[in-house]
Amino acid sequence: MSLAEPAALPVATSAATRLHVLKRFSSRLKASLPAYLLLLPSLVFLALFTYGAMGRVLIDALYQRATPKAPVRFVGLDNISAVLADPAFTGAVVNNLIYAVGTAVPSIGLALLFALALTRTHAVNSALRAALFLPVLIPMVAASALFLFIFLPNVGLLDYYIGRLLPVLPNWLGDPDIALYAIMIITIWKNAGYYMLFFLAGLQAVPEDVMEAAHLDGAGPNQRFRHIILPELKPTFLFVTVIAILNAVTQVDHVFVMTQGGPSNSTNLVLFYIYQQAVEHYDVGKASAATLLTLAALMGLTALSFRTMANREGGP
Amino acid sequence: MKLIDALWKDAPLATRGEITPKLGFLLTVLLAIVWLIPFLWMGVATLRPASDGINAMAELMPSLKPTLDNIRDAWEIGDFPRYTLNTTIICTGILLVQFFTITLAGFAFARLNFAGKTLIFYLFLMQLMLVPVLLIVPNLKLVAQLGLYDTLAGVMMPFFASAFGTFLMRQAFEAIPTELEDAALIDGASLFQRIRHIYVPLSMPSFSAFAIISVTSHWNDFLWPLMVINSPDKRPLTVGLSVFTKTAEGTQAWGTIAAGTLMVIAPLLVTFLIFQKRFISSFVTSGIK
Repeated sequence: MSLAEPAALPVATSAATRLHVLKRFSSRLKASLPAYLLLLPSLVFLALFTYGAMGRVLIDALYQRATPKAPVRFVGLDNISAVLADPAFTGAVVNNLIYAVGTAVPSIGLALLFALALTRTHAVNSALRAALFLPVLIPMVAASALFLFIFLPNVGLLDYYIGRLLPVLPNWLGDPDIALYAIMIITIWKNAGYYMLFFLAGLQAVPEDVMEAAHLDGAGPNQRFRHIILPELKPTFLFVTVIAILNAVTQVDHVFVMTQGGPSNSTNLVLFYIYQQAVEHYDVGKASAATLLTLAALMGLTALSFRTMANREGGP
Repeated sequence: MKLIDALWKDAPLATRGEITPKLGFLLTVLLAIVWLIPFLWMGVATLRPASDGINAMAELMPSLKPTLDNIRDAWEIGDFPRYTLNTTIICTGILLVQFFTITLAGFAFARLNFAGKTLIFYLFLMQLMLVPVLLIVPNLKLVAQLGLYDTLAGVMMPFFASAFGTFLMRQAFEAIPTELEDAALIDGASLFQRIRHIYVPLSMPSFSAFAIISVTSHWNDFLWPLMVINSPDKRPLTVGLSVFTKTAEGTQAWGTIAAGTLMVIAPLLVTFLIFQKRFISSFVTSGIK
């Protein structure tokens, strides 16, 4: 199964045995050759754009970019400490944490509500599922274009229909205290229908006969939910939570279109900060250091969740 | 309430009188209506004449004198035909190369034994955990070094290998009975002939599921093409729409923005409405892309 196999043989003493081991090893490699050829195209691109990229991030984070006065030079951990000392970055991290919780919790809660309400299949439910799923399909940029008008002060959709009821019209995207919550609304709208699908799939696994027995024993809908459905959905919850957190870090298109991270950095998120450092300030060192820190955090999260899922039976 | 009772006709007898599920259902119906409002506004605003003025822009009641001017303006100012072509080239190019790479790699994992199989399997798994979007900075450098900055090929290249697709195909190929392959072996079919004439035709459902996920996600990609593409005539739809929106926002041309947005999302929405079931099941398998 693995390359370690030949090494497990008794240590070769005589030349003849050594030759025998070598022969076995090379014949195993020869037998593996067709598989390697089949894997080669994929591995070339993975090497270039995944593992190679990891290596380049690490190297770029350790060097200072060239300036008109000085060539590129090794600076060790300077970039990382510069990023950590940058209030724009720490602000983006704090924003991103608030944003992750503020988008994950409502969108997962809504997804669960939708799935429970639309479990049974008939035409009405299918139409409702489709309606809730529509936002998942459109690009975040398109969603942002629509929501730009929704949040437009005074004449926009929100103020036109709801804002009139408020004593003071908030400036949804222009007020640093509100803007982050405004862009959360788009994310919740866009993702709830996606998470709904996983809960719908998870609900398929709830045993019918157990539910029937619970009815007969007089368990109400709340008790059935607490004691039968919820335990069954645990793996789905974990899985969807991981996806929601990953989305909170990787979906930043709306920040680009709607706020550019403003007003006064209140909607800046980590990936947008990385983009700004690289594209607007040409500071590859700082961009790479920020990438490295974010990757470490996310890989920790996914590794943890993979472990938890592997330890459980019947994960999604 | 009668209507809701009708929907509960097939529920177990004991639960038909319960109130909580019906309240949840009502809330879901209300939210589904709210969910559709942005789409409704997009349709209404697209057909609204500019003469209605900015104060009527938020009206959800369609205008009595509908016009196609906004669509024409967006089509001309925004260069949407060109953007649509670019996005189509990008999605098709990525998908064709992916079909090739995931079929071969999926077959190797499903049917062959080789030294280092576990190790290589984990190398693929790593791509699933790495969140490719985060690697935009090093990958932009590489694309530039390869001389592919500002080319459509540069936009496509990082997506040519797909761990998700490889695992999907591995699963599909493992489900195919080996007797079929054995029969072909006796007839002297080569490895490639066996993949092409047995494994690929029998795995079409998995291929189409993968195609849906791949095309949808790359149709909607924004940050990566934004970084790679510089020339206006090479922009994909998403980048084109964002530039167009920024310009039109300045002139308060919300009807044109709605029309442009409609053009960007129409192809995917129409395809979805035709193949709803297939889309939904593909997205369930997608999980982590």
